Amino acid sequence: MNQNDTARHDALVLKVRERFGNAVLDVDRSFDDCALIVDRTALRDVLLYLKNEHRFNLLMDIAGVDCMNLPKYRERFELIYMLYSVPDDLRVRVEIAVPELEMDVPTVSDLWKSANWAEREAFEMFGFNFVGHPCQKRLLTHHEFVGFPLRKDYPIMGGQWCTSTSDMTEELNEPR
Amino acid sequence: MSDQKPIDIQDFVPHDGATRAPYSSADFDGDVDPSRDDFNEGLDLPDINTTPMYINIGPTHPATHGTFRVYARLDGETVEKAGVDIGYLHRGFEKIVEIKQYGQVIPYTDRLNYCSGLTNNVAYCKAMERMMGLEITERTRMIRLIIMEIQRIMDHMICCGAIIVDIGALTNFWYFFNAREKLNELLEALTGARLTYSYTRIGGLAWDLPPGWRDNVKAVLKEIPPAIADVRGLVEKNRIFQDRTRGVGAISAEDAISFGWTGPCLRSTGADLDLRKVRPYYGYEQFDFDIPVGANGDAYDRVIVRIEEMNESLKIIHQAIDRVPDGPINVDDKRVTLPAKDKVHTSMEALINHFKLVIEGVQPPAGRIYDATETPNGELGFYIISDGSGHPYRIKVRPPCFYTMNGLKFLIEGGMVADIVAILGGLNVIAGELDR
Repeated sequence: MNQNDTARHDALVLKVRERFGNAVLDVDRSFDDCALIVDRTALRDVLLYLKNEHRFNLLMDIAGVDCMNLPKYRERFELIYMLYSVPDDLRVRVEIAVPELEMDVPTVSDLWKSANWAEREAFEMFGFNFVGHPCQKRLLTHHEFVGFPLRKDYPIMGGQWCTSTSDMTEELNEPR
Repeated sequence: MSDQKPIDIQDFVPHDGATRAPYSSADFDGDVDPSRDDFNEGLDLPDINTTPMYINIGPTHPATHGTFRVYARLDGETVEKAGVDIGYLHRGFEKIVEIKQYGQVIPYTDRLNYCSGLTNNVAYCKAMERMMGLEITERTRMIRLIIMEIQRIMDHMICCGAIIVDIGALTNFWYFFNAREKLNELLEALTGARLTYSYTRIGGLAWDLPPGWRDNVKAVLKEIPPAIADVRGLVEKNRIFQDRTRGVGAISAEDAISFGWTGPCLRSTGADLDLRKVRPYYGYEQFDFDIPVGANGDAYDRVIVRIEEMNESLKIIHQAIDRVPDGPINVDDKRVTLPAKDKVHTSMEALINHFKLVIEGVQPPAGRIYDATETPNGELGFYIISDGSGHPYRIKVRPPCFYTMNGLKFLIEGGMVADIVAILGGLNVIAGELDR
């Protein structure tokens, strides 16, 4: 780890807090990483701000988490956006809590193209609904698959028998 | 002087007004006379240039190197629109590891990118060690670095060999695979396996180097540069290869970064992002090596960048092989390392330690970590959530292929059908990693 990572993360957290105030709920600095836990209504604004003002031009990954069995959590689901800045060589995570009954999340596939498939995976595995996604279809699982396999209440051995072929018109007509 | 009349095209025009090529009906054997009115009757052929054709490439096409499907709408030979369907090799890695112990995850990581399993082993153990605050020994560090670079060479050999086969040159494949076999034998001597190695452990390695292994590496290293030179000589200035790959599937650095590309595919566009340079781990900063970058981001650059990277990896191994210090390979930490067998048989504490490690497994502190490693294909990241127990609460893999593949639709639309194969080969998509 670079020596000045902590200082740069400090400065970044300060700026984000200054800009978004109470929308930044918490900051997790464990293991020398930096994770901003933000209110989910401010998610798109925070990501847009980080992309445009702090040059976080590479969205590494989007991870969904089902927090059902954790000892302490805000809402049942979490979404974690892992950002990386190629020019500045800095990493930051943005985390939001998503309640089970209201799983609408704004899409960021127009900001980073990598979000396209990452969001499709989070949709099929946990059931998040990415509002505005160009083609929200199951990606890794079969299109006949029912349920969300990475939720903690989905059984490990819960295989399903899926046979038909996908016609793929949606993928075909998706703008590039 | 001949009194023949010059051929007048009008003589051959049928009475319906359409022009015909000036051939005589005598050219046909009498059954079919093209000048007959009813020649095309009942056929009613639509104009083939305006009707789109839909084809499937894959999921079991030999040029897809794994199972995924490209569904394309063709206009003649041009790909108008394409959809990419993946998931044929989805095995639920992220689901099954939730009921495994941390140490039991290592064999599953072998199956991610099966062309370079050791790199995945190291990447996972590196994340776990950072989470537990372990400082691995200098010897382990250096051995891991060497095997990672050997795997990088092997992975690039498969990729470069395969793309050249796909566009029609088989010889290069054998040049690479003869050399690769030697490397494979090295790793077989080291790990006992040829594909799924599972050689690293959290906090160290499964066992030490076999006797004479380093001398074998030095001997084998001499055989790799001729193979690379052979292939370069056949490929680099080859007209057919250049025609098939130059300018094919080109992408700008901005687009590639937006798609989340990392590794050689991103570097072929000119961006010099390599974690071994920007975030050196395992002492990469001590070694003298370069990061080859391309200029155009096309299929040609992706192959040449990989070939250059093999040479750089050789440089690293040459420098590192003599720097492997003596000493232990496992950290002296009761949380991760099994006690010595003779102590287990004689000491109560060691017996309890052994029992707890085997039954309960490694127990990292509760928390979350994201750790990234530069694998042959790009950045392999592990996002691990621990709740303090012996089982991972959640492991999210960030496979480099997944995001490279995301850009495939962008690359192949507007190109030719035959270019799909050249583009796919250069991306080096490994389905095991793509679908997890």
